[in-house]
Amino acid sequence: MFDLLIVAAMLVCAFQAVRAPRLLIAALWLAGASALTALMMYRLGAPEVAVIELSVGAGLVTVLFVFAINIAGEEPPVTLRSLVPAPLAWVAALCAVGLGVAMALPNLRAESALVQSERFATVLWERRSLDVLLQVVLIGGGVLAVLGLLAEGRADARKELK
Amino acid sequence: MSLPLPLVAAVAVLGLLGVGLLGLLVTRNLIKAVVAMQVLVKGALLALVLAGRLSGQVQTGQTMALTVIVADTIVSVVALALAVQVRRQFGTLDLQALSTLRR
Repeated sequence: MFDLLIVAAMLVCAFQAVRAPRLLIAALWLAGASALTALMMYRLGAPEVAVIELSVGAGLVTVLFVFAINIAGEEPPVTLRSLVPAPLAWVAALCAVGLGVAMALPNLRAESALVQSERFATVLWERRSLDVLLQVVLIGGGVLAVLGLLAEGRADARKELK
Repeated sequence: MSLPLPLVAAVAVLGLLGVGLLGLLVTRNLIKAVVAMQVLVKGALLALVLAGRLSGQVQTGQTMALTVIVADTIVSVVALALAVQVRRQFGTLDLQALSTLRR
């Protein structure tokens, strides 16, 4: 029952995040959905990644969103027509979910016995060290990309030189 | 009434994927598109953890979810930085107005 409540609240938060007209409100609903996702991960027996999701997904990303919305400025919430007509979008999303139900639910077999007894750190650092390498490369690339994108001063200086 | 936890988690995964897809289709704001993408990725994260649990390899599922969290955060940061620059250069975040890429 508790799990069903978590899932219902998570879906409400996610839906509100998508349809909230103001960007700041959408970011806050997204943080709520993220925190409830972390709670669901904990219930599924994945506490390590739940903590990371809570701190990164609900914390860092929300701060980044608020920061970006502050810099970019909130656009007045006008009721523009969406690119894809809303009924068509609903049909497409419902078809995708229906396809997911048809494919996933029959294969949702009973849980198999625990075949992995190592600790999280052992699996991460010894079994999946390539993932760690990829994460380091991603973080480095991300930092460089953001520095390049936000380097307005140098771009302006170059323009003036021309 | 108590449903098995994997079934409840599967409902959450499918719901998040559906809401994220709907958001990506209907939004016209660049930052809202990033929000919708975040919702989609949350569904993918839960799916990875659920798959790990169902196959008895919780730690492998957690490790893959961690990689997805890192990648997703980097994608969000770069997309938000792009949105800030687009707003500065073009004065709007409307995807329809931006699709011409003319100043």
